[in-house]
Amino acid sequence: MNEIAFLTPDPDVLARREAIVAGLADLVPTEALVTDPRELVPFETDAFTAYRRVPLAVVLPGTTEEVAAVLAYCAEQGVPVVPRGAGTSLAGGAIPQEDAVVIGVSRMNRILEIDHDNRTCTVQAGVTNLAISDRVAADGFFYAPDPSSQLACTIAGNIGMNSGGAHCLKYGVTTNNLLGAKVVLLDGTIVDLGGKALDAPGLDLLGLLCGSEGQLGIITEATVRLLAKPEGARPVLFGFDSSEVAGACVSEIIGAGIIPVAIEFMDKPAIEICEAFAKAGYPLDVEALLIIEVEGSEAEMDDMLARIIAIARRHGVASIKESQSATEAAQIWKGRKSAFGATGRIADYICMDGTVPLGQLSHVLRETYRIVAGYGLRVANVFHAGDGNMHPLILYDVNDPAEAEKAELAGADILKLCVDAGGCLTGEHGVGIEKRDLMLHQFSETDLNQQMAVRAAFDPGWILNPSKVFPLSFSRQGAS
Amino acid sequence: MVAEARGAGRTLAIAGAGSKAGVGQPVTADAAIASTGLAGIVEYNPEELVVVARAGTPLADIEAALAENGQALMFEPADWSRLLGSNAGQTIGGIAATNMSGPRRILAGAARDALLGVRFVNGRGEAIRNGGRVMKNVTGLDLVKLMAGSWGTLGLITEVAFKVLPRPETEVTLAVDGPGAADAAKLMARAMGTSAEVSGAANLPGPIAGRVLADGRAGRPTTLLRLEGFAVSIAERIGRLTPQLGAGHDIAQLDAAASQRAWAAIRDVAPFADGTETPVWRISAAPMAGHAVAADILGQTEGEAFFDWQGGLVWLRISGEDPQADRVRTSLAAHGGGHALLVRTGEDARARTSVFQPEPAPVAALSEKIRSSIDPDGVFNCGRRPFASVRRAA
Ligand SMILES: Cc1cc2nc3c(=O)[nH]c(=O)nc-3n(C[C@H](O)[C@H](O)[C@H](O)COP(=O)(O)OP(=O)(O)OC[C@H]3O[C@@H](n4cnc5c(N)ncnc54)[C@H](O)[C@@H]3O)c2cc1C
Ligand SMILES: Cc1cc2nc3c(=O)[nH]c(=O)nc-3n(C[C@H](O)[C@H](O)[C@H](O)COP(=O)(O)OP(=O)(O)OC[C@H]3O[C@@H](n4cnc5c(N)ncnc54)[C@H](O)[C@@H]3O)c2cc1C
Repeated sequence: MNEIAFLTPDPDVLARREAIVAGLADLVPTEALVTDPRELVPFETDAFTAYRRVPLAVVLPGTTEEVAAVLAYCAEQGVPVVPRGAGTSLAGGAIPQEDAVVIGVSRMNRILEIDHDNRTCTVQAGVTNLAISDRVAADGFFYAPDPSSQLACTIAGNIGMNSGGAHCLKYGVTTNNLLGAKVVLLDGTIVDLGGKALDAPGLDLLGLLCGSEGQLGIITEATVRLLAKPEGARPVLFGFDSSEVAGACVSEIIGAGIIPVAIEFMDKPAIEICEAFAKAGYPLDVEALLIIEVEGSEAEMDDMLARIIAIARRHGVASIKESQSATEAAQIWKGRKSAFGATGRIADYICMDGTVPLGQLSHVLRETYRIVAGYGLRVANVFHAGDGNMHPLILYDVNDPAEAEKAELAGADILKLCVDAGGCLTGEHGVGIEKRDLMLHQFSETDLNQQMAVRAAFDPGWILNPSKVFPLSFSRQGAS
Repeated sequence: MVAEARGAGRTLAIAGAGSKAGVGQPVTADAAIASTGLAGIVEYNPEELVVVARAGTPLADIEAALAENGQALMFEPADWSRLLGSNAGQTIGGIAATNMSGPRRILAGAARDALLGVRFVNGRGEAIRNGGRVMKNVTGLDLVKLMAGSWGTLGLITEVAFKVLPRPETEVTLAVDGPGAADAAKLMARAMGTSAEVSGAANLPGPIAGRVLADGRAGRPTTLLRLEGFAVSIAERIGRLTPQLGAGHDIAQLDAAASQRAWAAIRDVAPFADGTETPVWRISAAPMAGHAVAADILGQTEGEAFFDWQGGLVWLRISGEDPQADRVRTSLAAHGGGHALLVRTGEDARARTSVFQPEPAPVAALSEKIRSSIDPDGVFNCGRRPFASVRRAA
């Protein structure tokens, strides 16, 4: 297998393990410190499970002040720190290393304030994404970014990865819905960025923090924007005889001035996998499926759907299925939202996450099939067609090292293809360790040096989540 | 040119078209570098919802190209040139560098939310690319956000990629009679809390309403609520919205043309574009706090104010010459904090006053380190912002 390299743990840090653990024990209550080898197991990887390393220790603080004390201590001791939310990163963003202390915010899970008039919600960083919407639903509000992992993933992790979801087409991703954050800097300083005002003064540090993958500071609280829940929502299934036609249909819908809340695309293998699992009523005799969701009152949805259906008919749509009830709507989304889980039941897979300009979707899809077939493997595609975020799932057998290597090579080829088509390596999952070494395909050395210089303004010694995002050979860590 | 200036220890001022030359501490620079030579749309495929252009491209050119395809920059960039008494057109790079957003920001986000990618020259004279031209991108650090709103203090932006969207088919604005600013804040909060997708919410006291609205309502305190989209949908949403506004209000409807005129006036701060140099503040507070900040300031000094962004954007004009920065900032701090930018004032006051909102010390220190990581020798726009390491011009 084409192994991703880990840094050699710092022998000096390893040798001081007992003293470091004792130092941590002085800073947090006993229940917040995890050192027992068996209890460390859940923290040795995230959702990028092919790689695991047991960390030196895990701290699960209960307050911002505890985070500050622990971070300042680790920085002073020269001990690497890996910030962690729920550990659902698909890119290995929260995978630790043997000489690192994991600081997890999962115990900081209180909703601190709901402000309906200003439409904000302030939460501790370990609150799960879905918990916010659940809490404000009865009052007619919701929090828009909705990653498929929303039941488990935390706001901290969402900010770390700038996560998105199926409804981003209309509502944007995390960075567009985040108003403020409390952040602990490396030396233990606590700063508040942004707040309830829409514009923040000075440089947009909050924007920089979003998607920084735990390299700049540790987020302990967040203030997010709440939105009023629409009157109703209706997803509709459109089956097409070819992916190209489905793609052309999407272009024309958008060209006609219609922005649905979501346009999700599935190819035939994905349709079959999801239907077998979720029994969502997906048509099995088509090559491509679009789930298009519209929102509003019955009259508004009827109006918008009439426009969309007229366009789809002009493109020779093979089948149309409107959901007639909330249960049917939930079924349709269940199929889509369980795509990863359902695929996992039939085969091992790696999930890619490249984005491409909308006009390149068909081309990239065609090339993806060619690339994967070239390695003798299979691929299923589900993606957010409205914003060009592709998720090819490359199927392989994890027990066959040759196949595993081919899957990784095919994945890398696909991501390079996305970049060459004018897109980028990752739309929402992040770089982590997974795509670290592909960064030079998208950026020049000068580009990366500038990013690393900005990173160093926060963390000159590469203490925070080292060896992520930037190519090992290239970062200061790798050089030493 | 940048590398050369750095080598020679000289400093550079960055200029777009000069429309906001009057904002900020006067730049002290040995030379100016204008982006207006870097003009032209680089790429625009309407069905991809992205426009890529060189930084010096006039905003008017971009808007014309978009309009031809029924599209628009959804953040509705404002034009302060009349307010500032200049007749310069704006450049798209200046829009990005100032994060210039209009009334639709409450629904559609700011310029920074639509800015997908930038190319810029840093203080080392290196050409840097960040972001791209796709809607979703988390590849590496998001320097795009840093450049948005940096006012030329980090580097020279040479190219920008903006997300565009279909221009709404039509629009209607509900003009609600009264109420005063505090009750209007509650009314606007109720409106924004409905599913009507209000895309503009402003409150104008009587005299200012008179300068914004030409019809029979002129001169009466008015709260404006804008709805945009397909006509059918607007009608439906008016039906949902009106019952929430409470009884006893006289509600008029401005048609598309009148609505457009009113919001352009609010966006461009037309009520204060009076050809004078009286101080004008742009205060960004929590939506429910805006009216209290304004009342606090206007209780102590003479002037007038109106409110955009559901009450959270306060435009405040102070009578006389003294911008009264301390008073403005103390009031803002007392009401939950935010951001006060002194947009207009006389040359003398400008040199003496902290035009940009001062930041807490640790944040300022961090910003300073970031600036150093991009422009280590402080080549760009010295003086415009109160950075600690600002060098004097040679
Ligand atoms: C089944 C499944 C479906 C998914 N679907 C989506 C999807 O639709 N869209 C999407 O965008 N992602 C998706 N993901 C990926 C993942 O859920 C997101 O990246 C999520 O935001 C991670 O949150 P987390 O709490 O698990 O963070 P973690 O995995 O623990 O951490 C993620 C990153 O954030 C950093 N971090 C964590 N906490 C902090 C903190 N307090 N301060 C600073 N940095 C911190 C970490 O160091 C790491 O780099 C999916 C994952 C799975 C397993
Ligand atoms: C031809 C000309 C010569 C000048 N000479 C001098 C001089 O010698 N000394 C002096 O002190 N002042 C000078 N100025 C004024 C000074 O440069 C401006 O105050 C300042 O640069 C603001 O730019 P702007 O008014 O064009 O505003 P806008 O174009 O609206 O720009 C607003 C802000 O955005 C920044 N900005 C605009 N375009 C970019 C870009 N492409 N990349 C990064 N940031 C950008 C600007 O620096 C400014 O902070 C000059 C202006 C012009 C037009």
